[in-house]
Amino acid sequence: MGGLPILSLMLFVPLVGAIVCLFLGAHAARVTALVTTIINLALGILLWASYDIGGAQWQFVESQPLFAGFSYALGIDGIALMLIVLSVFLMPVCILASWDGIRDRVGIYMSAFLFMELLIIGVFAAQDLFLFYIFFEAGLIPMYLIIGIWGGDNRIYASYKFFLYTLLGSVLMLIAMLWMVNDAGTSYIPILMQYDFAPGVQNWLWFAFFASFAVKMPMWPVHTWLPDAHVQAPTAGSVILAGVLLKLGGYGFIRFSLPMFPDASAQFAWLIFTLSMIAVIYTSLVALVQSDMKKLIAYSSVAHMAIVTVGLFAFNIQGLEGAMIVMLSHGLVSGALFLCVGVIYDRLHTREIARYGGLAINMPKYAIFFLLFTMASIGLPGTSGFVGEFLSLAGIYQVSSFVTIICTTGIILGAAYMLYLYRRVVFGLQRNEDAAAMPDLNGREWLMLAPIAAATLWMGIYPESFLAPMRQDIAVLDARLARVAPEYDSAIRIGTPRPSAANQVTDEHGAAGAGDAHGAAAVANGGIAGEGAH
Amino acid sequence: MSTSILIVVFLPLLAAIIGGLGNRSLGNVAVKAITTGALFISCGLSWPIFLGFLSGETIAAVVPVLDWVRSGDMEFGWALRVDTLTAVMLVVITTVSALVHLYSWGYMDEDPDQPRFFAYLSLFTFAMLMLVTADNLVQMFFGWEGVGLASYLLIGFWFRKPSANSAAMKAFIVNRVGDLGFMLGIFGTFLVFGTTSIPVILEAAPAMSGASVGFLGSRVMVMDVLCILLFIGAMGKSAQLGLHTWLPDAMEGPTPVSALIHAATMVTAGVFMVCRLSPMFETAPVALAFVTFIGAATCLFAATVGTVQWDIKRVIAYSTCSQLGYMFFAAGVGAYGAAMFHLFTHAFFKALLFLGAGSVIHAMHHEQDMRYYGALRKKIPLTFWAMMAGTLAITGVGIYWLHAGFAGFHSKDAILEAAFGRGTELGQFAFWLGAFSALLTSFYSWRLMFLTFWGKPRWAQSEHIQHAVHHGHDEPDEANPARQENAGHVAMHDVPSPEQAEGTAGYHPHESPVSMLIPLAVLSLGAIFAGWLFSEAFLDSAEFWNGSIYYNDGLIHAMHATPLWVKLTATIVMLAGLLIAWFAYIRDTSIPGKFVEQFGLLHNFLFNKWYFDELYDRIFVRPAFWFGRKFWKLGDEGGIDRFGPDGAAWLVAQGSAGARRFQSGYLYSYALIMLLGVVAAITWVLM
Repeated sequence: MGGLPILSLMLFVPLVGAIVCLFLGAHAARVTALVTTIINLALGILLWASYDIGGAQWQFVESQPLFAGFSYALGIDGIALMLIVLSVFLMPVCILASWDGIRDRVGIYMSAFLFMELLIIGVFAAQDLFLFYIFFEAGLIPMYLIIGIWGGDNRIYASYKFFLYTLLGSVLMLIAMLWMVNDAGTSYIPILMQYDFAPGVQNWLWFAFFASFAVKMPMWPVHTWLPDAHVQAPTAGSVILAGVLLKLGGYGFIRFSLPMFPDASAQFAWLIFTLSMIAVIYTSLVALVQSDMKKLIAYSSVAHMAIVTVGLFAFNIQGLEGAMIVMLSHGLVSGALFLCVGVIYDRLHTREIARYGGLAINMPKYAIFFLLFTMASIGLPGTSGFVGEFLSLAGIYQVSSFVTIICTTGIILGAAYMLYLYRRVVFGLQRNEDAAAMPDLNGREWLMLAPIAAATLWMGIYPESFLAPMRQDIAVLDARLARVAPEYDSAIRIGTPRPSAANQVTDEHGAAGAGDAHGAAAVANGGIAGEGAH
Repeated sequence: MSTSILIVVFLPLLAAIIGGLGNRSLGNVAVKAITTGALFISCGLSWPIFLGFLSGETIAAVVPVLDWVRSGDMEFGWALRVDTLTAVMLVVITTVSALVHLYSWGYMDEDPDQPRFFAYLSLFTFAMLMLVTADNLVQMFFGWEGVGLASYLLIGFWFRKPSANSAAMKAFIVNRVGDLGFMLGIFGTFLVFGTTSIPVILEAAPAMSGASVGFLGSRVMVMDVLCILLFIGAMGKSAQLGLHTWLPDAMEGPTPVSALIHAATMVTAGVFMVCRLSPMFETAPVALAFVTFIGAATCLFAATVGTVQWDIKRVIAYSTCSQLGYMFFAAGVGAYGAAMFHLFTHAFFKALLFLGAGSVIHAMHHEQDMRYYGALRKKIPLTFWAMMAGTLAITGVGIYWLHAGFAGFHSKDAILEAAFGRGTELGQFAFWLGAFSALLTSFYSWRLMFLTFWGKPRWAQSEHIQHAVHHGHDEPDEANPARQENAGHVAMHDVPSPEQAEGTAGYHPHESPVSMLIPLAVLSLGAIFAGWLFSEAFLDSAEFWNGSIYYNDGLIHAMHATPLWVKLTATIVMLAGLLIAWFAYIRDTSIPGKFVEQFGLLHNFLFNKWYFDELYDRIFVRPAFWFGRKFWKLGDEGGIDRFGPDGAAWLVAQGSAGARRFQSGYLYSYALIMLLGVVAAITWVLM
């Protein structure tokens, strides 16, 4: 890609846009923000198109040493590429979603969003540990402002809870980073990913990073900030929170915890599995009893993210790739579900499920989109949700059938809470006149939802486009994890094959031969009991 | 063949997309014509494929379409596999679907949402075709879930009705329980065989029949656990005992849907799966025993419940459930050809019975309760004869010595003979349960016929009929009269006696329009001839199946070698059932009432479907909500938040309150503190 510093450009464009927006009136700010994000989307597509699949591990590398070993180093691999593409794809949608809903301080709002875009791209592109830390933590600030200024009635409590939780984790992470740089003598992430820390130290470092990533993810039991943050955030804030910010935790695990501390990761895999299993059951059941639409979707996010964590810690290719696809898919689908909530919130100004009903009558187009995203959230094959969930769970099955069964119950519970939501909102009778009078999707809303719907189907039917760029990086990570991969409790032991098919009836007259076959079956039964004793 | 199979499968999808998105802009007639036309083209292309296999000219082939997922060793694509087994399913699906599309022109004529209905029907057909053409387990799962979605949408088609919404949700969620098993089965298969490709798995399966695998902390035979997991999926989709509760409720959907999805095609997907994987199941004796047991138990269970229901559609629904049980225990004892044959014949006569019932409901102004029927034989003669053909087929009327009979005669007899001929105790068990269920089948089928078409009219008390009489029959007083289907349930718990007030209330039932009668006629031909025409190929021909199912030569011989009384059992119990029904519903109509008085407990047990719904509500549904609320209020809010962030905030607040006390702003207090500090410092230094 010639000499074009495309990553820096992708940071620079939103920076300029953000500064300009501060000084503009409401409408001009909206247009500027939209144009800026669309330029960045174009750059993101260019990035994807010119990414050399199967080429160097780190591409589009830029490096500028600054001071004290700290450098401005950018570069991406396939994993970062896909997450950057997801982010720039969702940004214009967020601006569109805020078009009519945000009426005061529009300039500052748009500016906050563009800053956020800058910081998110920075997180995924940073190759220097401290640069990463700065982007990672600074990302909190615009989100904090978006919730705290443009949020709902209880926005102060939500924003403070959000800040408190995430800050707690990051302090520990900073200490761990300082120690790592001191030990390894570099803050360059690609080198650190190959560096072997002493196993005893790894445990502490792993926990320090875990504290931060588990909150971002969020994992049970540090998830309680998420429902409040979502409920209070404006629609676009929820979209970006669910779509991109939650991915920072998963990205952290895959970029730092797994390659840098493989021994510790293997040792604490069961902690991850346990928390994830609890999360799937617990948050799914909580989602079932919610009466607030956004809270319901927020809790479902926690359950979906648990599938990501089990996939990551399965230590095999299906698990890792599945986890990445779940992240991408969840970014699209839950973002879209929050948009769907936003569409009707803009009309009726309530998130109370009971206020709606029968929307299929007056909003048929909306009902179709909502159905598609509901099904994608449930993981219907043909949508993106299935591919990720399937690979992730297939990966974990190779480690433990028990964890798989518990986590797969998520497909039943997920169907229960999402269909229950859909039924109450879209089906049934029109209970309220104001809800019955709501108009169907307008052009702007259609423009927000249609691209996400297309992407959801694309990822579900032909996920190769998304898997291919990541394949090599996942393989490298898998190779690094191979030596610590846990012993499978579902290992196969080959025995003597049965002499004939179970229902083989050999004798001409049936009865006697069938008796033989029955005998063979009995032997096989005995085999099970005998093997069980091992 | 590759072009024609692509058209067969994807044309319905195209029609569904055009119909669904074009919905209002295209208009009713255009959408109906597009979807129905597409299905007739698919159907027209499917029959030559099937006949090609029947004559042995066509050979099995796989048509690749697109890559799907490549992840490490796990690779699967979109592909269409056509072999004999698929070809059988192709003709069943496209034929019934095309006829149901046509039938719906008449049946759904008054509905304002027709384009949506037809688009859903076509979407369903596409998903079902993807299921049966799958070359790997994941594509089969795609079809599996696709038909589940279509079923959900069609059961809940009248989405204004709370009962329809509940039934739709229930169908989807109960099926998901089965899907849990299916998914685990796929994961396990991938773990064991390193692939999801069905032919590769089937080839490798025998070598794995002695292998063991860790599962939930214990060592088990690998093939048994895989097959049982996959079969749990089949149990969900095919409504077998334990996961059957959704099927009767699914009758909330419009009747054409019941005929297509919940009788002829989707619910047979489980049977298809077991047959498709039959070489794999043959390596798993425990799993096969499980299949046989569940099949036989479902067969009996559903038949017993079917004998006491009043809703015409529910009787047929339980009948479907019971017939699926036959197919499963046939597969369980190794008679896959017989299972597929019953699937094939059942598709015709059960679709016929449902569409006939729809025609009756249509004639009776959406009344579904058989207590308000009676004497309809002369009023709607064409429907009557169609229903008669269906009843003769399902009860298995035929003459053994002539080898001639209605469809069910050939297929059901073959299943009973196979179960007996298998020679195991479990086979005997299945045979006797199957024989007794055949008696019940005959009884409830003739009961339905006698209550509906014989006797005196009992229409007067029906709310639907009264409504029709008072408001004029064709007056469009409601936006959607069809939506009242099933609304007569209120009367369900009345004293179950057919001796309702007699009389016509001045109502004149009318025969259905031609668009509804043509499908009835075509399916009648199927119900009459399908068994006789194809029994040779399905049951006795290894060449016909050509390796697409496990062909059990020994069992075929054993079947033919069964004693004469076994071969006549089905006919004898059929006559017995007919006789009992005739006594109770024609000869002396007071018998059912007396029976209920005598055996009230048994009747309640059966009438309430063995109390499965109540049980599940208590042990699954209510606890789920209870735990959800507890986790939320006590776990999140009372536990994590209280001691986590709120606790931290409280501590900070307390701390700052303490600190505030020191910053009183009074000079003397600062001076005092300073003094104390200085004193303390000096003391510390001096010591």
